[in-house]
Amino acid sequence: MKHGELNITTRGDRELVMTRVFAAPRTLVFDAHTKPELVKRWLLGPPGWSMPVCEMDVRVGGTYRWVWRHDRDGTEMGMGGTYRAVRAPERLVATEKFDEAWYPGEALNTLVLVEQGGRTTLTQTMRYESREARDAVIKSGMESGVKASYDRLDELLAATSGAPR
Amino acid sequence: MQATHRLDAVFAALADPTRRAILARLASGQASVTELAEPFAMSQPAISKHLKVLERAGLISRGRDAQRRPRKLEPKPLAAVTDWLERYRRMWEGNYQRLDALLDELKTQAKERKRR
Repeated sequence: MKHGELNITTRGDRELVMTRVFAAPRTLVFDAHTKPELVKRWLLGPPGWSMPVCEMDVRVGGTYRWVWRHDRDGTEMGMGGTYRAVRAPERLVATEKFDEAWYPGEALNTLVLVEQGGRTTLTQTMRYESREARDAVIKSGMESGVKASYDRLDELLAATSGAPR
Repeated sequence: MQATHRLDAVFAALADPTRRAILARLASGQASVTELAEPFAMSQPAISKHLKVLERAGLISRGRDAQRRPRKLEPKPLAAVTDWLERYRRMWEGNYQRLDALLDELKTQAKERKRR
């Protein structure tokens, strides 16, 4: 995989998998995922959001708490979970649950870092409790999307439905 | 069919490895049921059952040839799924581009520490 190219796929019926190559050794990539002062500098989501709360107790059984705030309207979104496995600088496993649950149950996030020739391949696997939960995540993304593309999606789906059945 | 309902059918159809293999085969051109059954250690009725699920989800359709009834891929429902993945990807691309910049900064700092 080329440096900088992000690949996202669904795997089986409960998982989403992301892979990305970084031009840095994995100790630094691991630090950037486990030190709060570093995490809050990049894990911000869409433009216009900041991360005022970023508390992380990175050890097995330790918890983390993240809150994002929209700079203009003050909307907040929080989530947190518990670390299940911590093996620096190669593996980090944590549960994830949003304050306002938009999918059933908890998700389990597994971060795996593999280094080769000074570059690091990151694989992030999000495993949901059920297919329904994974699909809810995907649907919520669709429903919160800009109206134009949702309309386009409706058209697309109407076109594929074809004749009445 | 409602958009969300249709999406459920697409995901249910994609959840099975045999059905994903059938779609991958059809991506390289249409094929008859016999041709589709060949690579799998499966009876024709078993394959037909999978084909029915794919058809209900709108992922495949039947060609015109009345004798062979070849199945072909219908790419549009897959595009709906890809559409969401694309938006999700853009958000994470933003995150990871910021992470790229941060890593460059950390690498420079590490070099400077070594020099001192």
